[in-house]
Parts: sequence; structure tokens; C-alpha cells
Amino acid sequence: MSVALTTASVLSDFSDGLDFLVHQRESVAGGVMVGGSKNLPLLGKHLEVVGLAMLLAVLVAVPLGLYLGHTGRGSFLASSISNVGRSVPAIALVLFFSSYLGLELKNLVFAMTLLAIPPIFTNTYVGVRQVDGDVVDAARGMGLSGTQVVRRVELPLALPLVFGGIRTSVVNVIATATLGPFAGVLTLGDPIINASVYGDAGRVGTAMLVAGLAVGAEILFALLQRAVTPAPLRPARGRLRAGRPARVADAAI
Amino acid sequence: MTSEPHRPPEGPSAHREAATLELRHIRKQYAGTAEPAIDDLSLEVPAGEICVLVGPSGCGKTTAMRLVNRMIEPTSGDILIDGASIMDRHPAELRREIGYAIQQIGLFPHQTVADNIAVVPKLLGWDRRRVSARVEELLDLIGLEPAMAARYPGQLSGGQRQRVGVARALAADPPLMLMDEPFGAIDPISRERLQNEFLRLQGEIRKTIVFVTHDIDEAIKMGDRIAVLRKGGVLAQYATPAELLMAPADEFVEDFVGADRALKRLALQRVRDIDLWDAPTVRVGDPGAQARERAAASPIGHALLVDDDGRPVSWLSATDLAADTVRPHEGRLTTVELDDILRDALADLLQGQVMYGVVTDGGGRVAGVLSVEVISGFLTEQGAGSIDEAPAPADRAAQ
Repeated sequence: MSVALTTASVLSDFSDGLDFLVHQRESVAGGVMVGGSKNLPLLGKHLEVVGLAMLLAVLVAVPLGLYLGHTGRGSFLASSISNVGRSVPAIALVLFFSSYLGLELKNLVFAMTLLAIPPIFTNTYVGVRQVDGDVVDAARGMGLSGTQVVRRVELPLALPLVFGGIRTSVVNVIATATLGPFAGVLTLGDPIINASVYGDAGRVGTAMLVAGLAVGAEILFALLQRAVTPAPLRPARGRLRAGRPARVADAAI
Repeated sequence: MTSEPHRPPEGPSAHREAATLELRHIRKQYAGTAEPAIDDLSLEVPAGEICVLVGPSGCGKTTAMRLVNRMIEPTSGDILIDGASIMDRHPAELRREIGYAIQQIGLFPHQTVADNIAVVPKLLGWDRRRVSARVEELLDLIGLEPAMAARYPGQLSGGQRQRVGVARALAADPPLMLMDEPFGAIDPISRERLQNEFLRLQGEIRKTIVFVTHDIDEAIKMGDRIAVLRKGGVLAQYATPAELLMAPADEFVEDFVGADRALKRLALQRVRDIDLWDAPTVRVGDPGAQARERAAASPIGHALLVDDDGRPVSWLSATDLAADTVRPHEGRLTTVELDDILRDALADLLQGQVMYGVVTDGGGRVAGVLSVEVISGFLTEQGAGSIDEAPAPADRAAQ
């Protein structure tokens, strides 16, 4: 009986949430219109934050991971970054940057970038380190320069793992960008945080939208990851191994 | 018209002349180690020869090889290719002119066989047609189907991968090749076949090759010269395989070469290299008396019946020769060829449980008789005597 009741109430919450996403209504306190097309600016800002943060993170983490992976230096740095990245709470980063640097888009993007870097960096580093040493030795012995070894051998062979890292980060950032209002940036987090304005339907609806975005990004990047995997290295069937950040300790030693 | 700028010749392969290689007082000491990895190593490898570096593990043979293409830099000393120091060359450019094949092969797993073979030609900026013609030529040279070009390394057998590795090292027709146990990671049967194929190939391409192995048998088989290294990278002996087997420089070399070095010498010599006995040949219709005389004069005590083309048919005993003329006869013969190595020839005699084997030339005609006594005589004589005497070719039977 109680299970049926719970199920019924959850289902009705879901349909209220969906309704919020498609139809405008007056805010709880009145005076402002929310929901429906009024969500679009929030969605746009959300995607802007995610896009900028990911772009910056890739620009920083991939070259750094390739360089350190190629030279074999910085295994300590690599494992530190990956550990710190896993232990610093996202909300602490967002509040830190917004309180000290001001409530601005760039500070939110900066915090999101810092969150996105560790998985990409770690995966890139590990991806390069795990390339068969004999393949690299043969490449050097045939006369490929350092840059050519990276471009023609290490990067193509590391690319699946690099994309695995990007995939992890993008899902992470999509979810975490909901903290935007704490930094003064109105992302899709606004209806989730300010239920007093948007109502319960707003909170549930936006949460469903964010979850949908995250799942969509996950699927998109899984396909991309498969696409960048050199054909002979693709698993014959089944999934690529999950894009979780590989443990640096495994490869660095 | 002034002198032409240096240009690669026409055709997919350049057919460059083999280079000479010289190591001068090379010393390599790694930082933080008390003993050098290579100590005062001097070697000269003539153009077109295979120099095998051999020794126990830790003797620095791979290090010595890797010094030649500057994968490792020497602490002191100099290395010259065709008389020019490699220290004046840009390492990556130098390496493009030196073929490089390693035991683990290191094929690029994300590239096809054709792309793997084409790596160095592409680095050198060959145009696409020349590259693909060269790839085709090399696949043929190493005995792989043209269809293999589109395969990936993961789809090949171990032996095929080794071949592709060799083809890749040969791709830009380098005047010098470095090979670090190139046949090390495959089963003994495939290894022997690849060794033979490679020797045949080397007969055509005549590269200067530095070949590293820990296997003395492989060294004896592959090497024109063998450099035996001992721990600490000290050259124990640098000699031809025959010299090494006949006159080991010291106890270390003697031990390393093995107690069976007398037998190993059998692998160095071919049947044509030793003094064969004349064959007491007779033909159908020859007078019986004359035939009996020939049989009696031969240490074998039998006559050898040959057909009109001089091919061996059967041994004939005194009883078989009792008639007035020599009659047709059928029998069983053990034959060996002039080009067989002595070890295989001896094995054939033992297998046939005979003391004498009929030696035939390329056309199947009788060239002489090989006996177990001749082989044992060869072993004792060579063991005691000078190594410089080349055994006379056996052409007496061809009279």
C-alpha cells in the first residue's frame, strides 16, 4: 500500500517537473514568470560554463599530460593531482573562488576548470605511460624526433584514455555547474537551489534536465571515445573500459 | 654542368653501398655505477659483413649496439660510419640511415603492415608512389602476400611480425643495420627458417649488420665475424666463427663457445670444403675386369654404378661385378650434396647407417664420396693444424 502510494507521488512529482520544463508559470512568491522558455537562458548559461571549463581543462591537461607522460617526469605530480582532484569538494572550490575573487562567470568557470583537469590530466598521463616501451624504442630508433613520437605514436595510442578522462570530466562538470548560483551565475542550478522561487516542480524538473544532459554527454563521449580508438585496438564487442580516471599508481611505477 | 646534388637513385630502393663501421676505444659508464658497461671497446666491421656481438647477459652487447645509432651516448671514444664520426650527426637524422630491428619488434599497433614498413621512407620524404612501390618490393622480399599490407600487427603470427620488423628496418635501404636478437622471441623451428631466409637475403642485399645475440650457435651461424664480450663490456675475442672455434683466445671464450666446439665446426663447413674421395664409377657395359680393378683400388671396396648422365645408381660389390661386363643393377644409396653443411651430411650418413655417402653436385651428378672417416679426419686435422689452410675443393671426382 505504502509502496504504491510512494510510487504514485514520485510519478506525479515527475510529471509536475516535466510540466515545469515545458510550461511557464508564475513564481511561488509571485510577480515573475518561471519555467518553460524562461529556462532557456539558464540552460544556455549552464552549457556556456561547461563548454568554457572543458575547453580550458583540455587545453591545460592534455598538453601537460602528454609532456610529462612522454618525458616520464612528474609521476609524483601526476598522482598528487589525481588524489587532490578526488578529495577537494566542488562546493568548497566554488565558494572559495567566489568569495575571494567575486561573483563572476569567470570565477565559476575557473573553479569548474580545476575540477575538470585531474581526470583528463591523469588519463592522458597514464595513456602515454602505458604505451608499449618497445614501440616507443622502435620509433626513436628509426629516427622519429620527440615530437614525432608524441604525435604519431603516443597520442594516437593514448587517445582512447584521453577521451575517457574528458568523458568523466564533462559529466562531472555538467552536474557541478548547478552550484553556479553560489558564485552569482544563474545556471540550471538556480531552480534546484531556490525552490522557494521555482517551487518543487522547478527543482525536480531541472534536476531531471541536468541528469538528462549528463547521461547524454556520457553517451556522446563514449561514442567519441570509440571513434578515436584506432580501429585495430577497438574491442571486438562490448564496451570500452569505463572512462574512470585510471589510477596513476598503476602506470607510474 | 657542375656536379649533381646528392639525389637518391631512381626506383623504389636506393641500393646504397654498405658502410664500414668502426668503434674506437668506446667507454660507457652510467652515472652512479662503479664499473663501466663498456670498457675500451674497439671494433672494425668491413662493409657488407655481419658482425655478431655475443656474450652472457650483462656483458654490454646491446649497449654496444645502441651506441651506434646514438640511442645511448658513449662516455668517451668515437664511432665512425664510412670514416665519418656519428657524433657530428643529428641523432634522429643519423637513425633514419641505420636500420633498426629489436627482439620485441615494436611494430606500431595502430598502423597497417604497409604503414609500419613505410615509416622511415615517409620520414625521409619519399613520394607516395615510391613508398608504395618499396613496400610492395619488401613484402615480396620477406615472403609475405601483398594482401598482408592492409593487415594490422595484431593480426599477424609471431614469425610474420618478425619479418615485418626486418622489412621495416630495411625499408629505406640503409647502408648499416642494427639487429638486437631479431629472431629471439619465436619458436626454434620458425627461428631457424627465418635465420636461413635472412642469410639468403643478406646474400642479395649485402648490408653491414651489427647483430646482437646471447646464443653462440646463432652467432656462429649468422656471423662473418663474432665479437665475444665479457662482463663489463670488455672484448674477449673478435674473430671469424672458424677462428673462434679453432683457437679460442682464453678460457672464458672456450667456456662460452662450449665443450662441443669441435662438433660446432661441422656447422661451419660445407661438403665441398673438404677433401672428398674419388668415386670408383662404372657404367653399364664397362668391361667387368676393369670394373673389379677400380673397386679393388678404392678404399671402399665397391664400385659405383652411374647412369649415362653421371647420376649415381647403386653400389656394386665384387659379386655384382663377377660378369664379363657391368650389368644394370638396382640398389639403395645415401646421397649428400656439395652444398650441404657437414653437420647435416654426417647426420644423413648416421641416419642411413652407412659409412659412405655419394656426393652429388647441383645437377645430381656424382662429385665424389664422403665417408665418416673423412669427416673425423677433417675434425682432428683441423683441430691440430693451422686455421689458415682453406680445405681444397673436391673436384678430383669430376675428372
